[in-house]
Amino acid sequence: MFESLSTRIQEVFKSLRGEVRLTTEQVEAALREIRLALLEADVNFNVVKAFVDRVRDRAMDQAVLRSLTPGQQVIKIVRDELLALFGEAEGGLTKHAPTPRVVLFLGLQGSGKTTTAAKLGRWLARQGRHPLMVSTDVRRPAAIEQLAVLGEKADIRVFAPETRDPVARAGGALAEAKAKGFDTVLVDTAGRLHIDEELMDELLAIRNAVQPSDLLYVADAMTGQDAIKSAGEFNRRIGVTGVVLTKLDGDARGGAALSVVSVVGVPIAFVGSGERLEDLELFHPDRIVSRMLGMGDVLSLIEKAEQAFDKEEAEALQEKLRKNEFTLDDFRSQLRTIKRMGPLESVLGMIPGLGDLKQLAENKPDDKQMARVEAIICSMTPEERRDHAMINGSRRRRIAAGSGTSVEEVNRLLKQFTEMRRVLAMIGQGGMPRLGRGMKLPPAPSKAVAVPGKKRKKGGPWGLIKTR
Amino acid sequence: MGFFDRLRDGLSRTTQQIFDRFDEIVRRADDEVQQAKPIDVDTVEALEELLISADVGVAATERIVAAVRERARRGESLRDLVKQEIRTIFEAVDAPPATNGQSPHVTLIVGVNGTGKTTTIGKLANLLKASGKQPLVCAADTFRAAAVEQLEIWAKRAQVDIVRAREGADPASVVFEAIQSGRARGRDPILVDTAGRLHTRTNLMSELDKIRRVAARATEGAPHEVLLVLDATVGQNGLAQAREFTNVAGVTGIVLTKLDGTAKGGIAVAIAHDLKLPIRYVGVGEGIDDLVPFSPQEYVDALFQEKW
Repeated sequence: MFESLSTRIQEVFKSLRGEVRLTTEQVEAALREIRLALLEADVNFNVVKAFVDRVRDRAMDQAVLRSLTPGQQVIKIVRDELLALFGEAEGGLTKHAPTPRVVLFLGLQGSGKTTTAAKLGRWLARQGRHPLMVSTDVRRPAAIEQLAVLGEKADIRVFAPETRDPVARAGGALAEAKAKGFDTVLVDTAGRLHIDEELMDELLAIRNAVQPSDLLYVADAMTGQDAIKSAGEFNRRIGVTGVVLTKLDGDARGGAALSVVSVVGVPIAFVGSGERLEDLELFHPDRIVSRMLGMGDVLSLIEKAEQAFDKEEAEALQEKLRKNEFTLDDFRSQLRTIKRMGPLESVLGMIPGLGDLKQLAENKPDDKQMARVEAIICSMTPEERRDHAMINGSRRRRIAAGSGTSVEEVNRLLKQFTEMRRVLAMIGQGGMPRLGRGMKLPPAPSKAVAVPGKKRKKGGPWGLIKTR
Repeated sequence: MGFFDRLRDGLSRTTQQIFDRFDEIVRRADDEVQQAKPIDVDTVEALEELLISADVGVAATERIVAAVRERARRGESLRDLVKQEIRTIFEAVDAPPATNGQSPHVTLIVGVNGTGKTTTIGKLANLLKASGKQPLVCAADTFRAAAVEQLEIWAKRAQVDIVRAREGADPASVVFEAIQSGRARGRDPILVDTAGRLHTRTNLMSELDKIRRVAARATEGAPHEVLLVLDATVGQNGLAQAREFTNVAGVTGIVLTKLDGTAKGGIAVAIAHDLKLPIRYVGVGEGIDDLVPFSPQEYVDALFQEKW
């Protein structure tokens, strides 16, 4: 997410970096680019104006212009101001709530309320909570069924009364939760326009009936300049405690939704970053800003890795690395672990320095390629997987036929694997740079194998990660 | 109720603010003393703000502002200039629908999640039925929970036939089946609902390519029309969506939905300007009749009508 914005800003910074002295013209040129980048990211016109003015005021300070690293100083100013724009608050639900906690989802049609409800249910269940979901959307055809199906997939109970009265449905769910001991009630509502009086009144009635502690406004990251108006109206009429930014796994820059934070004054609570029910994350302003500025988002990566990696497995693996016993079997289980972390592209985007690299179209990491690599390994015998050295020409032909690939692809994989093993052995013995808690192995190798048909250049993607 | 009334109805709430703002700008610029002078910086900036806030986008805004600036000295009304410029952008791509006499005519409806594809199909089926055709809808969204059920309800409302598949079935096979069945039953056109997908998801996008290929095998030249459904609230990402869907699925036109809110759907101007894609229909409400063919002339007139 935010790649296009970060690329634009990075480009500006590239021209600033390394400048010994900055002239006011240079700063103005950079500001113009930032202004365009933000406008194209749908950041509200007035927010952009104020933002650029603030950065200009601070950047034109003689102390900055004359300092030893004026470019870096400007970058820092932009970073500070962006952080201010996003708001300081960390995401999540409100701190204090009566039991059962009631969460109400509101927003326009198609913003992703129903999916978000199910994702939050799953998220809460993972924290050891017991959520109960209910749909009050009696308008959109099959909306109630949709939540029921999602509830089943997420393994979350869905309260499904007979009544078609939205207020009664919500109230019934609260009573049910109290009676059966659910600690959270997630109330999905029908999408509605903020100017639809009748529906806004209905929402108000639902709110008054269940007294939610959390009112989450679900906003599509792709939304445009109108976002402020609708979010503001929902906040004024119903009240909003947090924003959930959905569909951030696309290339949307979410500028409008972020303007909501600074104009309406409501923090972003969660971000939805994929189609799987697991793809809901707490919002961390500092991490997003770092990513926008191309500084990577290592913390989120580590969290993802921690979720996906089995601790014992990782330790066993490290031991193997140390002894140089890393086999194709281990490689395959690494591939599968990485797959669990989500689409390769989103994972790579979090690695510092790789933000730029993703631009290289021919190097685009492809989940399909990973599947091919996995197929090749699966077509080997257990002996072959344990000792790749025994795979001769005839075996390679058989493996290629078995996996529906070509001998060249098998060759390439084996070559890359050998290379990888060599590097891993070095890391294993020399002690690898600590990436952080729980991260025992850089997920880098997949990158190298994910680009067949392209000779890996020296200092290529993998080289980058390795040296970090 | 014609296009104009319906759109005006939807846009009246929409444009009130944009229009008040615009009114204020033009009132100043339109008086005769002002018209003789070049446009001042404040007016230009206000115009920029107006257009950007309507999601018209930076490139199209720059073009409009530049054109207005250049011609304003001749003493023309600022309002007319802006209107004319936007209309020119639309008219440059206003092509008639692509009908090549193929029967059945297959229309694919594509777009990202939550823009209103299924709803649009329901309304479109109703619209076509009212014009004397016998449409068949095909539920090829086998991914989203309850999407097929949703389309079924719409089909019932519009009183048209539906070909559906189980959740999780291969969408391309459903499309094939629908075309066969449509031909056997003499149904034409065939409207295909596809699953919402983000344009950045390569796998899902190539699924669209597959649907296209399979459709072409079922009947010559299919799909004859590919409509991208865009939410009027979408911002500049709408351009990226239109670009990607055009690359992969060969989009031939845009349907702009949810114009009954306060969003102005200015992205339509940006898309017509940058990508030369025509807007085919606009959705202006939740009712089954609330989908109308797009007309650039009337759209711009409605957008800049003096009094409602």
